[in-house]
Amino acid sequence: MKDLISGLNKTFESRIRLGIMSVLMVNDSCDFNGFKDTLGTTDGNLASHLKALEEKGLIQVNKQFIGRKPNTSYSATEEGMRQFQLHLRSLENLINSQ
Amino acid sequence: MDSITNSADDLKTIRKIMEESSRFLSLSGLSGIFAGSYAIAGALVAWLFILPDHPAMDNSVLRFQLIIVALSVLILSIATSLYLSGRKAKKAGKSIWSPVSRRLLLNLMIPLVSGGCFTIILLFRNDIQLIVPGLLIFYGLALVNAGKFTYGEVFYLGILEILTGLFAALFSDQGIWFWVFGFGILHIVYGFIVYRKYES
Repeated sequence: MKDLISGLNKTFESRIRLGIMSVLMVNDSCDFNGFKDTLGTTDGNLASHLKALEEKGLIQVNKQFIGRKPNTSYSATEEGMRQFQLHLRSLENLINSQ
Repeated sequence: MDSITNSADDLKTIRKIMEESSRFLSLSGLSGIFAGSYAIAGALVAWLFILPDHPAMDNSVLRFQLIIVALSVLILSIATSLYLSGRKAKKAGKSIWSPVSRRLLLNLMIPLVSGGCFTIILLFRNDIQLIVPGLLIFYGLALVNAGKFTYGEVFYLGILEILTGLFAALFSDQGIWFWVFGFGILHIVYGFIVYRKYES
């Protein structure tokens, strides 16, 4: 299918997933609270969307210790960046086609 | 039609999130105006009260008094900008201590601390004439470095501070006027532009 919509990615339909990917495109990594501050969502909601993106291989999870406290941060994989850019381009095409 | 308005909304959200998560936008323009005024007031104090009493430049009392004035200007400027930026962040429901502000601070501090150490070395070596040029150049480099993480205007302010510093090095017996221009007038103009553009 070569029409305009073909590049639109179902994975990025949710606003929260869109937000997570946007943050990770301009930041090397971001932790859970960072997403919460920027996107203003509930913990459970955010966690499930992060999990979904991770399972699709679009983001990766980095666990480390800061002092004694465990800290989980997320970063975009190359595949995630590629797919998100494709998605952005399709959004733009869709608008420009009007 | 519906999917097109949706796409436009999506893109708008994406752009906003990218900007907010990579730039510290709570920096207050007003604090630039205040910092500039402190710098001019400091220069005025030095020019009216300190310099006339000590015609000879290699005087340790004179040097001590000038350092106190410069430090007061620095501390007042930092305090005002922290207070005003904190207030602006609070109004927008944001925190002043975030990954972005930490990155901004780190990138600002590396050239700034180097400049501070360099100035102290100059003081010990008695190279008084290069202090104002050095301060301006290192401060400009710090702003250029930090400009990526806040308003683009900070980058251009940095370039102008560097140029002012280089000219100050060329005419190093006129340090006080380059101080007034670089730390005073440029800050006020910058603060005014940022305030008009983002805060009113």
